[in-house]
Amino acid sequence: MMNRIISQAVSTRGTTRRGFLKMSAGAAGGLILGGALLPTAATAQAGPDSLATPFVHIRPDNTVVVIVKHLDKGQGTATGLATLIADELDADAAQVTTQFAPANTGLYANTLLGVQGTGGSTAMPNSWQQYREAGATARAMLVAAAAKTWGVDPASITVSNGEITDGANKATLGDMAATAAKQSVPDSVTLKSPDQWVYIGKSFPRVDVARKTQGSTGMFGMDVSMDGLMYAVSLRSPRFGGTLAGLDDAEARAMPGVIDVIRLPDRAAVIAESTWQAIQARDALSAEWDFSQAENRGTEELRAEYTALLDQDGIVFENVAVSQAEEVKVIEADYFFPYLAHTSMEPIDVTVLFDGAEATFWTGSQIQTLDQNIGAQVLGIDPGSVKIETLWGGGSFGRRAIYDSHYVAEAAMIAQAWLQTHGQARPIKLVWTREDDVRGGYYRPMHMHRVRAGLDADGNITSLKQRVVGQGIAIGTAFEQFMVSGGVDASSVEGLGQHSAYTIPGWSVDVHHPRVGVPVLWWRSVGHTHTAYVVETIMDELAEAADVDPVEFRLRYVSDPRARGVLELAAAKAGAIPDGLTRGIAVHKSFGSYVAEIADVRIRENGTVKVEHVTCGVDCGVPINPSNIEAQIEGGLGYGLSAILREEITITKGEVNQSNFYDYLPLRIADMPTVDVHIVQSTEAPTGIGEPGTPPIGPAVANAVRRATGQKVRDLPFSNHGLA
Amino acid sequence: MIKLNLNGEPREIAASADTPLLWALRDELGLTGTKFGCGVASCGACTVNVDGALVRSCQTFVGDIDGATVTTIEGAQDATTEAVRAAWVELEVPQCGYCQSGQILSAAALLRDTPEPTDEDIDAAMDGNLCRCATYARIRKAIHRASEIVEG
Repeated sequence: MMNRIISQAVSTRGTTRRGFLKMSAGAAGGLILGGALLPTAATAQAGPDSLATPFVHIRPDNTVVVIVKHLDKGQGTATGLATLIADELDADAAQVTTQFAPANTGLYANTLLGVQGTGGSTAMPNSWQQYREAGATARAMLVAAAAKTWGVDPASITVSNGEITDGANKATLGDMAATAAKQSVPDSVTLKSPDQWVYIGKSFPRVDVARKTQGSTGMFGMDVSMDGLMYAVSLRSPRFGGTLAGLDDAEARAMPGVIDVIRLPDRAAVIAESTWQAIQARDALSAEWDFSQAENRGTEELRAEYTALLDQDGIVFENVAVSQAEEVKVIEADYFFPYLAHTSMEPIDVTVLFDGAEATFWTGSQIQTLDQNIGAQVLGIDPGSVKIETLWGGGSFGRRAIYDSHYVAEAAMIAQAWLQTHGQARPIKLVWTREDDVRGGYYRPMHMHRVRAGLDADGNITSLKQRVVGQGIAIGTAFEQFMVSGGVDASSVEGLGQHSAYTIPGWSVDVHHPRVGVPVLWWRSVGHTHTAYVVETIMDELAEAADVDPVEFRLRYVSDPRARGVLELAAAKAGAIPDGLTRGIAVHKSFGSYVAEIADVRIRENGTVKVEHVTCGVDCGVPINPSNIEAQIEGGLGYGLSAILREEITITKGEVNQSNFYDYLPLRIADMPTVDVHIVQSTEAPTGIGEPGTPPIGPAVANAVRRATGQKVRDLPFSNHGLA
Repeated sequence: MIKLNLNGEPREIAASADTPLLWALRDELGLTGTKFGCGVASCGACTVNVDGALVRSCQTFVGDIDGATVTTIEGAQDATTEAVRAAWVELEVPQCGYCQSGQILSAAALLRDTPEPTDEDIDAAMDGNLCRCATYARIRKAIHRASEIVEG
């Protein structure tokens, strides 16, 4: 979704895009196209005698360092980008390593977003051409170097598995790096045809897994360590929008290890010699809060207000003419989707060092351009004076792709206050505890839907009238101008109407976006988390009411052949329903990819649900790395299953009721089904894979339950109905 | 000072007795392989071995383990743990990887007790280790694979 919105901004709102680029211009200016050399900075970074381009460095020690412009928070993007370079370069997988790019929008903008950032499952789509060209360019220069060194025709030279040869002479890529760096950059390169690929579509080993079995030393922001490091933990308003009216920090200041307590308008930060001392002292703070501007409502009040809105006409998003056939059956349903927290395993953290003129932030930065600019803005310095050291993300699921860079801003405010008080720069690591994370907002927005669907005497849909109520994620943020059109926030309606893989007569959608003070954010697959659930459970009920097989019924309305392809693939592979189980299906298009999921579910004697097995059909264009596609589909459906079973954030009188993993309950291993992933061997350009596995699982499981028991779960999570 | 045998070496901890082992390891001793995930023994990311038993280091206070033998992910190099690592790499289990230190130590402990675990054994033994990337299906497969590696 973010991709669509920001790419729209890029294509149609030139001034805004220029604004982004201007904000971020910093040290390096012009846009450098894929493969072009950057003789100064990149060479310095790569070391002498290296072939250094913005996207790959080939070092004389024969290592190939792929410069990763995206955040890898587990979705495998570093490996994906390495795969593209290694394939065009004909490198040996064993010589390839990766390094995250510095913040530099001019060089490293996401070509679909216009800012340096990762989101909307765009990492591979936007890099597909760019990184292959970078690999091919480096290869051409290595070949030119070998031809010159050996005095032979470049056409006589082949490169395979990291070895350059003309039949008589042999060299490694590293042997030729220094000479290659002196060759001219080719104006254009010819990319391999698919039959020449050695890694793409086959396999390339993940670049990060070995380190991640050894303790991940040096990989995550939480593990940042440096001389003089201090640790900060903040006390924030228990209600969103509250401000600090009074603070008694005497007890905290007297505690061991406490260095300072910094008071900010809406929080107080303890700085201590260790994380634990900071946490302990934070708990000893006594604060008075001003809630006059806070969100003081709770889930119950909000739900009542949303329910009232379901009775009122909203802003029209979609309005397709209804069928002329006579309606003989009608299904009416209201749905409720709670707020959800992301709860990445790595709680939020960022380390900052600010000396009054320059600053560095170490964090799993997902939108480097915003983190750089907002950090600079808070500190009152030029963005070019802010370095972002991107580290591996211990999960994100959307949580790090944050429109207001709020935790970078928080760290900047603490660092600035520290410097003003103490006059000496020291690094500070800001840590959010799990409680801070669960209670800290930026949730998947609570939504309600109302649906009224009709069938004619032949079991065909006559109309599908849908109303959506929920906070627009972009409304009230800097993204509003790009993402909100005619009052409709795209994040609430993606997957519906024109954005769906279905063409359904009489499909109308209108929307209400109530203003609520609870901060909301994209959560893995964003609006598809609820739109797919509603559409796919209603389609299943309609199929049953029409007495038509659920696959066949859907295929009547699938206007997109790729959606048909994955549904038929999954249905063919799923086989017969195992004894004692019930089956539910769902298919959904999101982020340009198509996923069908068929869930075989056991209803236990106590009435709870165990998803035993899921068969998936996936079409994400050229399947760059099949193992990673399988992993993302497994993980994506696990994340979606987790949400529908037990996850909910509830609020009472403005305060979040959940706080940690004993009351916010993600999926554990016993709830994880076995998963088979069947991938369409597509030749289309690659599309996203981090998110599209998430939307179908909820409705697939709900459909399985309804077909077995008649129970229609329209109010999530399942645990509120004795089902989990 | 609290004295430990940590990953085969004698080490001392200066932190107060009520400090969780997790934070002493991470902030004082610089062993960051043991992860902070929840602080309340609900996620398993901070799992370590103390005197041969798996514990959650966020709820293990250093004053209670003076003289103990502690093994963290950095020091766990026995054949079973190495087999788990090999299986983890072969099946590409980690996604974000943040929980994996705890997953690996829990898997190795399971295999030491139950060399050929069933899926049910795995689900029971690994219940305390959360993974938000939901790498669970591969964890199950990799534990079976590690079992084969150990058994030779």
